[in-house]
Order: sequence, then structure tokens, then C-alpha cells
Amino acid sequence: MSSPADTPEIPPTVTDPPEPAVVTAAESRAAGTELVRFDKVTKRFGGTTVLDQLDFSVAAGKHVTLIGPSGSGKTTILRLLMTLLRPDEGTIRVDGALLTHEERNGRLVKAGDRHVREVRKKIGMVFQQFNLFPNMRVLRNVMEAPVHVLGLSKDEAEQRARDLIELVGLSEQLDKYPSQLSGGQQQRVAIARALAMRPQVLLLDEVTSALDPELVAGVLDVLRDIAHSTDITMLCVTHEMTFARDISDAVLMFDKGKIVESGPPDKIFSDPEESRTREFLSTVL
Amino acid sequence: MMTSGMFTNYFLPGIWITVQVTVYSALLAAAVAFLVGTLRTSRLWIVRFLAGCYFEIFRGMSALVFMFFLVFSLPLMLRWQLVPMWAGVLALGLTYGAYGSEIVRGALAAVPVAQREAGVALGFSRSQRLRRVEIPQAWPEMVPPFNNLLIELLKGTALVSVIMVSDVTFAANLVRFANNESAPVYTLLLVVYFAMAFVLTRGMRLLERRAKAGVGQEQPRGGLLRRGLHEDAGEGAGALTAGGAAR
Repeated sequence: MSSPADTPEIPPTVTDPPEPAVVTAAESRAAGTELVRFDKVTKRFGGTTVLDQLDFSVAAGKHVTLIGPSGSGKTTILRLLMTLLRPDEGTIRVDGALLTHEERNGRLVKAGDRHVREVRKKIGMVFQQFNLFPNMRVLRNVMEAPVHVLGLSKDEAEQRARDLIELVGLSEQLDKYPSQLSGGQQQRVAIARALAMRPQVLLLDEVTSALDPELVAGVLDVLRDIAHSTDITMLCVTHEMTFARDISDAVLMFDKGKIVESGPPDKIFSDPEESRTREFLSTVL
Repeated sequence: MMTSGMFTNYFLPGIWITVQVTVYSALLAAAVAFLVGTLRTSRLWIVRFLAGCYFEIFRGMSALVFMFFLVFSLPLMLRWQLVPMWAGVLALGLTYGAYGSEIVRGALAAVPVAQREAGVALGFSRSQRLRRVEIPQAWPEMVPPFNNLLIELLKGTALVSVIMVSDVTFAANLVRFANNESAPVYTLLLVVYFAMAFVLTRGMRLLERRAKAGVGQEQPRGGLLRRGLHEDAGEGAGALTAGGAAR
């Protein structure tokens, strides 16, 4: 995978993708390009079913946006993928490998820590509240995991971190603590930190929701840049519909733990088929 | 009357012993506190349970009686004699370590869940998260209560005088037996403990400011540290200018 830093910027293309980004599990298995697949995933919190027998998959390199009213299970999907939650039923595959299960003697069992950690390396996440490490300066925030998780040398990790921090436009702030940065700057560092692990899938969990309005654009610009100039797969939960339209290959509309409708952004935003989607869009657009 | 000879001949060596007992038991207590405290946040219930047992047992045990046990009972049971000073250090370290483990556990629990999640998202293992993310962030929260505990420990070292360790309390008792001047002897002893506690508090406050600055929480203020910080700020400003020039 090429790093975002050394890829020349490609002008954004608005052409339709040659293949649909979201396909049914069976279709995608045939195509062999799926990177993320949910198979009948159910997640309950207490008595509430947040995700109900969810099936979907995302093809490599695609950018998929999840929309829907709050409580519809969008964030839960990202948190399941990041293994911050475990599914109650069903399985999740990332790049073909089972995420929270292992196959032993033909039976599915709960995966051990090491297995989970190995598969998880393919996934990176940016959080709503940035979650930078307050005890580390900007450079170390970005370097820490590549050094201690990937085993990169200090020099290598520092070079990678510096490139990424430059990509998000914060080269001047290398030696600051997170508390000395604005929310928008912190979020850009968090994006650099996630990318430093060179994940195949980047999960974006309402990354601009906690920002002051004037700081949102800077963060979205960085993400647009990354979406258009790299082949990273993105799963994005957002309320920024313009942004979703810009970067997405597909939009999934969720309600009550199920996919109500899915399709290319132009279709979903301009001419949705389901009344539930229309209702939701009328409240946010 | 108290003479300066009594101070140098009895009090000073006693102070030195008290300092040693304090330092050794504090080190042992700190090790126990961090070990038991982190084990009490373990995911495995059996580990949490055993660490919890340790905490409950040693919190509920009198350090003095434990010293008696180590010095007088253990030799009978094991035919093996601990040097009294080490028996004192062991009793104090294990007991105050139990109290300290509660401080460590509480401070770790106060680290936001979001930090743990960020660690998971970056692929850290549990021990890496503890070492690189959770403990460094919990540390500034631990320092003030550790300061309290350390002073309790310092004053608790007076207990070792009853198992024949010649600390400053033991020395004061000797002097009093010799000259029968209870009032000046114990007044001086109180002042000595207060002075040592005061030095510890100043040291711990320095540590606290540094710890807070280390997580970018607040700018340290005052005396000794102010100078250090100004140097830091100077360097920072230099780096910024250099960056600007490069651009």
C-alpha cells in the first residue's frame, strides 16, 4: 500500500466506480475483493437490539458512509470492527480473516487476544473526541504505535510521523502537547496517528461532531485529500452530508439496526427510494 | 539538660536510621502498590480476587503486630531470624503498599475509557497500554495521595523502635532514660519528624508539578521549578522561530 505522504495528489474524480462498493456477501465473495464483511451480526445492549442480523460488505479501496438517525447502530458497527465491542451473534471478516473468532477443528470459537490483535492491525480509527494521548507530544503520539506495535525503528517511525503530520498541515506543532492544540488540530493529529499504522481500513466516527464549526472544514479537507489520493478503504459515520457526497462510493442508510437502503451517494441523496431515508434526509439537509 | 553532644551522638545516627527505614519501606511499598494496584484492574477475576485479598488482609493488619510477628514468631516457626531493621521495612512496606495499591487502582480507574479505546485502536496490547498510556496519565493523580501516604509512612517508622531498631525515636527514648528530661527530648523529636515530613512534602510537590506538566495539564509555578520552565519555554520559542525560518 502506498503511503498518503508519497503519493502525488490525484485530482478528484467524480466518475462512478466500476463496481458497486456495497454488495451482498455472496456477490462480493465471488468478486474476491471484499475487505470487510459482516455476516448476520447481532449486537444487543441489555434488552435493546442495536444491530439485527446485519449483512454487508465493503470492497477494498471504497469509501462507504453510514447515515441514519442516532441510535440506529452506525457507531456500533465501527466499534465492532475496532473490537471495542464484541458481537453477540454472527461473524465479522477483515481481509478474509475472522476478526473475533477463530476456526478450530472446523468449529468457530472465540478468538484469543493475539489473533484479534493481528487482524486488528489492518484497521485504524479516528474518534469523535480525538482521544490523543495527553502525556505525549504530537510527534510521539504519532510515533508511539508504529514503534511499539509494528516494531519500526525510531528513525523510520519518526520519518513516517513527520510526513503524515506534514500531510495534515501541522509540522509547526510537533513539540506541542495535545492540550495546547485546538480541537481541529487535535483531530488532524489523530488522523495522522491512525494513518501511521498504515491500516487498510480507516474508520471515521463522527470525526467533526465535537469541533467548533469554523474548524470542521480543515479536518474535512484533510480527509478529502486522503480519500482521493490513497487507496485506503474508509468507513465513515458522519452528519456532514456534503462531505459524504464528496468522498463516498456508497451510502448506507440505517434505521433500527438494519440497512434501510444503500446505493451511490447521488442516488441516496437526490432520489432515495425509501420514505424512511427521505424523512431522515429532510431533517439533516 | 540537652546538650549538643546528645544530639550529634544519639539523634543524628537515629535520624539516619529513620531515613533509611523510610526510603527502603517506601520503595517496597511503591513496588507493592503498583503491582497490586494494576493487578486489581486485571480482566481476569481470579487475579483481581487475589490482589483484592492482599489489599484487604494487609489493610486490616496492624503494622506493629506484624513486626512483632516477624521478629518474635517467625524465628520460632522457621528457625530463621530476620535482621530487625529488615523486619520493620518488610512490615511497613507490605502494609503501606496495600494502602498505596488503592491509590494506584483508583487513579487507573480515573483514566478516561476513551484512552483505553485509543490504545486498542492503535493495536497496543494490554500491558503496553498500561505502561505507555494509562500509568503515565494516572501518575499525576497519584502523587498527592502518595505524598500523604509517604508522610504516614515516615511517622510509622517510629514503630521500629519497639523491635530494637535504633531509629530516632529509639534514640530519643535512650536520651530520656539517661537524663530524665522528657519535655525537651520529645519536643525535639516532634520537631525532627515535622522537619523530615516537611522536606518530603516539598519534594513531592515538585514531583507533582513536574508530573502535571508532563501531561500538559498545567504550567508549574514557583521557586525552583520556575527557572527550569523558563529555559524550556525559551527552547520552544527557538524551535518555532527555526521552523518559521525554514519555511
